[in-house]
Amino acid sequence: MLAESLALTAALFIVGVIGVLIHRNAIIIFMCVELMLTAVNLTFVAFSRFYGTAGQVFVVFVMTVSAAEAAVGLAIIIAIFRHRQTINLKDINLLKG
Amino acid sequence: MPEHYPLFYTFHFYFFGVIAIASAIAFVTRKSPVAAALWLVNTMFALSAEYVLLDAQFIGVMQVLVYAGAIMVVFLFVVMLLNLGHPSELAAARGTGWKLAAGLIGLGLLSEIMVILRAKLPQQLIVPRDFNEQQLAKLNAVGTIAQPLFKDYLLAFELTSVLLLVAIAGAVILGRGRAVGAR
Repeated sequence: MLAESLALTAALFIVGVIGVLIHRNAIIIFMCVELMLTAVNLTFVAFSRFYGTAGQVFVVFVMTVSAAEAAVGLAIIIAIFRHRQTINLKDINLLKG
Repeated sequence: MPEHYPLFYTFHFYFFGVIAIASAIAFVTRKSPVAAALWLVNTMFALSAEYVLLDAQFIGVMQVLVYAGAIMVVFLFVVMLLNLGHPSELAAARGTGWKLAAGLIGLGLLSEIMVILRAKLPQQLIVPRDFNEQQLAKLNAVGTIAQPLFKDYLLAFELTSVLLLVAIAGAVILGRGRAVGAR
């Protein structure tokens, strides 16, 4: 089951990468990043099944970091939207507004 | 390690795996952010089933509560707060060339990972097959995580709380809507 889990992880991660590359909507790109983080979590859990339970602790940390990242990132998106009235990455190309 | 699993187990493993990948692909191809978020929730649910199948029951519960519950609700909140639910103006996905390039990069990464999958894993790290079941029986589902979390990884755990505090402060400051320092 380890190889199958890792293959599933790889597939999910790559779907996330492709999503980041083809979308221009900042929120959807952000969700793709969340999908990639979850895929990594599955790697940790799969390895913890065969190499001891410590891997599950790292999943807790990854979840915390991704929750923090979601809070800050969405706040940034809201701030950008207030400033530019768009979250289309095509229109957001300056560091200085 | 040629291990044999009952058909019931294998069937559910593949069943939820296929659901996860199919919803992930549906998620990536959606143009409306609301539909995308709901497909992502579906992926998260299928993955939590995979976690339970891999003997990580507590992580499965956390997955549903934190990811499918909290994080995705925050995403939907932002979509509705900014009134971005109309796919027409948000359909601006990149052109065909970009999609092709993304597909090629994805294929490259996939083949890379498949090569790595064939590598030999260090045998001395492998725990006995029923190690996790023993841990579960001894410490139950929460204890298997709580024991190392509050013993071996206590410092990292405490640092995580600082990280969360900084994230909360950052989100509040960014969301206040005024330039920092301006009164």
